[in-house]
Amino acid sequence: MATTGQYLGMALSIAELDSDNAAYFRFCARGELRLQHCKACDLMRYPPGPACPWCAGNAFDWVPVSGRGTVYSYTEVRHPVQPAFRAHVPYLALLVELDEQRARPTEHEAIRMIGNLATPDAALAPPELVRTAGIGSRVRVVFASAGPDIAIPLWTLDAPQPAGAVGWRYPEQSG
Amino acid sequence: MQTTEHVIEGGRHLRGRYAIVGVGETTYTRGAGMTTRALACWAIRNAIQDAGLAPSDVDGMLSYQLGDSTSSTFVAGDLGIRPDFFMDVFGGGSSTEALVGLAMGAIEAGMCSTVVIYRAMNGYSQSRIGGTGRLESAISGEQLHDRLYGWATPGQLFAPTFMRHMYEYGTKPEQVARVRVAHSKHASNNPKALHRKRVTVEDVLASRMICTPLHLLDCCVETDNATAIVVTSIERARDLRHPPAVILGVVGRTSKPRLDMHYQHGPITTVAAKWAAPRLWSGAGLGPQDVDVTGSYDAFTFTTMLQLEDYGFCTKGEGGAYVSSGAIELGGRRPNNTSGGHLCEGYTHGVSMVVENVRQLRHDADDSCPIGADGRRAHTYDYREGGCRQVRTVNVTANMGWGTPAYGSALVMARLS
Repeated sequence: MATTGQYLGMALSIAELDSDNAAYFRFCARGELRLQHCKACDLMRYPPGPACPWCAGNAFDWVPVSGRGTVYSYTEVRHPVQPAFRAHVPYLALLVELDEQRARPTEHEAIRMIGNLATPDAALAPPELVRTAGIGSRVRVVFASAGPDIAIPLWTLDAPQPAGAVGWRYPEQSG
Repeated sequence: MQTTEHVIEGGRHLRGRYAIVGVGETTYTRGAGMTTRALACWAIRNAIQDAGLAPSDVDGMLSYQLGDSTSSTFVAGDLGIRPDFFMDVFGGGSSTEALVGLAMGAIEAGMCSTVVIYRAMNGYSQSRIGGTGRLESAISGEQLHDRLYGWATPGQLFAPTFMRHMYEYGTKPEQVARVRVAHSKHASNNPKALHRKRVTVEDVLASRMICTPLHLLDCCVETDNATAIVVTSIERARDLRHPPAVILGVVGRTSKPRLDMHYQHGPITTVAAKWAAPRLWSGAGLGPQDVDVTGSYDAFTFTTMLQLEDYGFCTKGEGGAYVSSGAIELGGRRPNNTSGGHLCEGYTHGVSMVVENVRQLRHDADDSCPIGADGRRAHTYDYREGGCRQVRTVNVTANMGWGTPAYGSALVMARLS
């Protein structure tokens, strides 16, 4: 049976065959961020998938990660396209570089996860909070419940922040 | 896993062996009032006539679409074409140049002799890129890691690349806006273009923000249209109506590592063009310094800048300075998208920029210059508004097609020497 949920009025459905996503979101529902870890080459991967991008291995286990990282890039969405997000503009889609496995297996690689900026209790960030995050901001994962077996991993500002507090942000025009 | 180091070498054995001999398009509108099937027939008829061919001379057909168009089976039948080879490919941006390569391959393999490639889309009135959300079904599968976060349209998906480029290299919004300024200048001399009004940097920056760093005028214009090109061997090309645009080199959907989620592999400010460039230039037997006119896929201002950088038209990281230097404008060192491109002429998923460069190579850009007694346009090279858009000297062109930051295609063409 498909795993179903509701989030911001959007219906979510994870097919029974999609065991990778079902497991990922089930861990999130328990408050755990876990990633697939390849038993052959010892590397973690994201997003969830059936094979290891570095060795093509298929044997893996789910390992917990700290859920802490740094904003590597982002976009601030002002014009919503999806109806679910119309009440939430502006919102941030963050590209978060996890603390684990940075610069592995090569200097250019890292686990970089997508997610929205949220409050500590996992509501989408209000405008005043949106203005306080940028590239370099420190974040930690929080989970928004979407059903018994699905929670959505989101990111909230973590302490301590780097010097200057607000990371690099798009330079707004005056006026 | 062992990886094998190998020297990348483009298809130099086919260099100069194939050509684009016909180009055609419909009008560019927002509200075509007809099916993609009718649009496809219109554009293909124009391309075949432009080549000086009859439908019975065409025995191959290729198209691409995103489940939003009419397939070759119907279009070939409508036009009385009996293909010995046809294929409808799934894809949008970056497909044009890739399909030119596949057409060459199909002819080379003996499957057919002359191929028409088309893209027909009601990109405004029927199927909008990124969707409208009106017909949203349950979020599942891969969408659980993008659409779930309101991260779904091309602008939203590509923006982390653009923002990181600004962060790493100090690229400024007013520099990148110059791409729109240049393309609007070109479109003002293109009677076919949807947006013919010249705009300023201030206009771009004052337009509303869609998602940082993309203002409305950093984004292309969703359009209803069809476009078509005809590919055949150089032997056949010599007998046709126009001087052929000879194909020197082609690369198709060359990719960055981690095509599934390319942000895993950095630098994220480097796009697929970096991986495609060695194969393109070695296949073509020349380099960016030899190119007179470029066509760089401008779904957004930033996509043009990034491809110009990673194909080597300027130093990596200096794209902002390059696109704001005047070099990419008519009258500059190497004009880009002389038709106005996707930003201003109309959004065609890439075909129109190849069409334009074929006309530039023929020295026959369809601007407003007067037609002389010999039936040919007498180009004035006066690039003021409403004037000429023919580049004075065009021997070599390069087209760069963008799919995402993670994959792209390219095509180098030349005048028959």
